[in-house]
Amino acid sequence: MFGWEFPPHILGGLGTASYGLTRGMWECGDMDITFVIPKPFGDEDKSFANIIGTSQVPVAWRDVNRDYVESRIGKVMDPELYYKLRDHIYADFNYMRTNDLGCIEFSGRYPDNILEEINNYSITAGVIARTLDFDIIHSHDWLTYPAGIHAKQVTGKPLVVHVHATEYDRSRGKPNPTVYGIERDGMTHADHVITVSNLTRQTVIDHYGIDPAKVTTVHNAVVPLSQDLLDIEMPRATKEKIVTFLGRITMQKGPEYFVEAAAKVLRNCKNVRFVMAGSGDMMNKMISLAAERGIADRFHFPGFQKGRQVYEMLKASDVYIMPSVSEPFGISPLEAMQMGVPSIISKQSGCAEILDNVIKTDYWDIDAMADAIHAIISYPALYRQMREDGLAEVAQITWDKAGKKVIDIYNKVLGR
Amino acid sequence: MQDGLFKQYQPMKAICFNFEIHQPFRLKRYRFFDIGRDHYYFDDFTNDDIVTRIAHNSYIPTAETLLRMVEANQGRFRCSIAISGVALEQFEHYVPEFLDVLKKLADTGCVEFVAQPFAYSLASLADPEDFAQQVADTCSILRNRFGVTPKVIRNTELIYDDDLAPQLVAMGFKGALTEGAKHILGWKSPNYIYTAASAPKLRLLLRNSKLSDDIAYRFSDSSWNEFPLTADRYVDWIASTPQEEQIINIYLNMETFGDLHPATTGIFQFLEALPRFAAEHGIDFLTPSEAIAKIKPVGELSVMHPISSAAETRDTSAWLGNRLQNEAFEKLYSASERVRQCQNRALKRDWQYLQSCDHFYYMGSQAAFSPYETNFAAFTNYMNVLADFLMRVEEEFPSQVDNEELNPLLLTIANQGAEIEALNKELSSMRKNIEQYNIEHRKREEACEEPKPAKAKAKKETAPKTAETKKVAPKKRASKKSE
Repeated sequence: MFGWEFPPHILGGLGTASYGLTRGMWECGDMDITFVIPKPFGDEDKSFANIIGTSQVPVAWRDVNRDYVESRIGKVMDPELYYKLRDHIYADFNYMRTNDLGCIEFSGRYPDNILEEINNYSITAGVIARTLDFDIIHSHDWLTYPAGIHAKQVTGKPLVVHVHATEYDRSRGKPNPTVYGIERDGMTHADHVITVSNLTRQTVIDHYGIDPAKVTTVHNAVVPLSQDLLDIEMPRATKEKIVTFLGRITMQKGPEYFVEAAAKVLRNCKNVRFVMAGSGDMMNKMISLAAERGIADRFHFPGFQKGRQVYEMLKASDVYIMPSVSEPFGISPLEAMQMGVPSIISKQSGCAEILDNVIKTDYWDIDAMADAIHAIISYPALYRQMREDGLAEVAQITWDKAGKKVIDIYNKVLGR
Repeated sequence: MQDGLFKQYQPMKAICFNFEIHQPFRLKRYRFFDIGRDHYYFDDFTNDDIVTRIAHNSYIPTAETLLRMVEANQGRFRCSIAISGVALEQFEHYVPEFLDVLKKLADTGCVEFVAQPFAYSLASLADPEDFAQQVADTCSILRNRFGVTPKVIRNTELIYDDDLAPQLVAMGFKGALTEGAKHILGWKSPNYIYTAASAPKLRLLLRNSKLSDDIAYRFSDSSWNEFPLTADRYVDWIASTPQEEQIINIYLNMETFGDLHPATTGIFQFLEALPRFAAEHGIDFLTPSEAIAKIKPVGELSVMHPISSAAETRDTSAWLGNRLQNEAFEKLYSASERVRQCQNRALKRDWQYLQSCDHFYYMGSQAAFSPYETNFAAFTNYMNVLADFLMRVEEEFPSQVDNEELNPLLLTIANQGAEIEALNKELSSMRKNIEQYNIEHRKREEACEEPKPAKAKAKKETAPKTAETKKVAPKKRASKKSE
């Protein structure tokens, strides 16, 4: 499997989903999974997958002794594997910037030179593909599609690409041609395409021209939360309700609709505060919009939240809202439900396809959104019913079911 | 031949049909920012659309079919109809021609109209007083419109329990239609007449759910092993029930014919053919009142918890099954005392329309035929409307005054005019007495100075009375001010 993120060092939903799916597949049994990421930190959970970091994969021969390798990268890779990989360098990459071990450095994030990093990732994928023995290649999201294609060309093994998001969604229909090209290339070369929702499946078919027969939807799921997170206690103002938006503040997430809905709610009911947690290119615009609507005193921007903070934020909330204009899946409402927070999501979110105990509105329908917010904070019965039904529902959405579907797709592709 | 004569004299078996007609006033999309601004809650367009469509697909053709059946069988075919007040009002607005057909049916004398709460509400579970009022309202409309006086009642969705029975008797009903719920009947059969355990005067006619649902749910289901169902076979099933079971109660929503099962399924022909096959088997048709008059009850039936015809569980969970429904229900009926004291007609009308059980049904998680996308949306919309409604009630009667406190006060106000008059009369008569006495006294004084003891006695008598009058009058006035 080629991926870009892996918990605990994650930047978005991709890492969580890759982790969950891999684990779910492992739970189905009889799977030997290698998960390739750009830059492991050594604290990843390796119990169910063998993790290889491309920043430890040599692409140029260096004569280094075992102790040195051990001391340099022993934390994240077995030196034995290093030597094995070194034996499979397939071209002279000395012209590239490599380190003392003959490896290329990776940031493992989304830097400005992301295209270069993707290319480097693909180069190292060639080494890995030549070294390891495997049956199928699985690429998570466009960043790893070139690597997947490379591995397929080297080994002739079937390629499955997993579409967690498309450029179409990210750009509200105005895709960057380079990114679009990479995505389309990956999907065309793939033997099968997995999408995270029917919404995305339709995008893949309509906008990427992919044969519907080879596109299957496997909805995402959630990993049950640890007791530690469930037990988080947060101070709650008794008289004020909190409505939370968590996510990147970008065009795709529809933050302006949240601000507008908040303004509508505040016109009629005063005991409520709104929180837009996250960062993104539209943050400043949203701050001015909130000020313009005269609700800045009740609309808060605490910035980017990570790890435990996310759950603390949820725990302190009465309503979670995700007004995404276009969301391939959207795992966050499921997390909110796990924390017992009633959620409002846009109908244009992939997760709306599988969730029942949430309120769904069109992303542009700020009246409906405001009405839903008001209802949850004003009618305690609704709050409690949604909370309980939501908890029960989300407990049923588990990764092993998704994993089972992916394994079925593998078997189909492999003709078993 | 002999056999036939005997049957005519005393029917072996009879079918008792009841057709339910109800359409709620559906609510329009009512956002929370409409609260306090917009006091009209109903989606006239949708209501018109639905009522007109169902009337033309189903109600009118069904009623016409029934009319033909009555005429063709020279009165042998008989049945009963239950119709809610809110449905009647909508027919008056949108499809008055249907009321004409109903009138014709009523005039045949072969169709009995049974009573029902005006709003097809759950009032019997919350507010007996309102329930009685609603039933009376429906009865008065039926009397005015069709010239009939219901003697039997079919409560909303056949809801019934022991607590209700004495009230029904007090309201003058001889019988009630309810569900032949398995958990109540146990080994007993619904095909008999029972008496209510809590009110032996009340007869219970129990719906045969199997035979009713064969038509209501399975008629056009091609995966059903009995599909297609013919009138011939259906009557055979009825005929093959044990001989001593005398009455088969088939209660259906009228829209079963033509709407649930479209005319193309042949359901109208099925209905129309029933009397012929029934006659072949010597099976009769009875209206509920006739059944009560002719057939002896076999025993009493006790129903501890309310039963209904809804869902598998045959209880009230379809409307009061989850938290949302209970919350809305309690909020609504918390206002019933106040609304009763209101004189505002528009408020009283909305009070009725908001009680229709359909609103609560839509809040259930399993609701089919709901105009809402989810039960959460149904709840939100209803609660927004209710919030506005309660604000209007509040304007009429502030809720700071407790209901219990309110009642005696209102009673006082209502009686105050009469009381003041009575007291005034008393006062003036006292004055007259005193004058009379003074005159007499003067006369006597003038005459002589003897009659002292008599004077003291008379004073004793009048003094406390005047004190009482004075005391009471200001008190009344004070209570009026506090209002």
